[in-house]
Amino acid sequence: MADKPQQPGHERPLSPHLSIYRWQVTMLASITHRATGIALSVGALVLAWWLVSISNGPEGYESFMSVATTPVGLVILFGFVWSLSFHMLNGIRHLAWDMGYGFNKVTATQTGSLVYVLSLVLAVGVFAFVWTGHAGYLK
Amino acid sequence: MNTLQTPLHRVQGLGASHSGTGHFWRQRITALALVPLGLWFTFAMVGLAGTNEVAVLSFLAHPWNALLMAAFASILLYHMSLGLQVVVDDYVHGAGARIFCLLLIRFVVIATISTCLFALIRIAAST
Repeated sequence: MADKPQQPGHERPLSPHLSIYRWQVTMLASITHRATGIALSVGALVLAWWLVSISNGPEGYESFMSVATTPVGLVILFGFVWSLSFHMLNGIRHLAWDMGYGFNKVTATQTGSLVYVLSLVLAVGVFAFVWTGHAGYLK
Repeated sequence: MNTLQTPLHRVQGLGASHSGTGHFWRQRITALALVPLGLWFTFAMVGLAGTNEVAVLSFLAHPWNALLMAAFASILLYHMSLGLQVVVDDYVHGAGARIFCLLLIRFVVIATISTCLFALIRIAAST
């Protein structure tokens, strides 16, 4: 393919052809998997910040909590919880594919939708669990 | 392909990616390890939500929890560097820019893993 340089003015469209393909669940799940992975990379840096703040004693812990418990902080936290739920569930879907299961077109679409529903249920469930006073059991 | 090279000759040096299937396997194995570790991490975070600094400190100072947190943070960051590398491979095309991005990812990841481990040692030593 690379043997013949393209003629100017005849550039081939570049993949992924987002403006050409009809949107499908499987495609959206693939893009969301990458997006949540990038979001969780930021989350990993926040995890390091959290650990460092605790190691700095009471003032360090307070400084982290004063940022994390603001409304914006809580929205970002919810984003991390949902991203982790989605990336983990869809990651299991990917691992099943790697072993040859669930590659059928109908099955792949169904598990894709299932991952969206389950990840939302998990993320909302975790927040509901905390807000109804069930958290903090590691006192 | 109009070439007299045999397929074997073309894949020597681990093929076009120069790395064989090592990246693929590491991404899968770390993903598998992160399923139980991620569930433990969620269990720990929900359990510590709404508590105070003393509870968090004593939880992380416990050897098993410190060990699991160290494993979770390092494997998470390693998995992250493998994943971000794929993003760079897909979207950054210039050789120089690509090498710069890949080195930046590795530096940040190694620095962050070291930071997490050092923080955990400080926490364990402080209690």
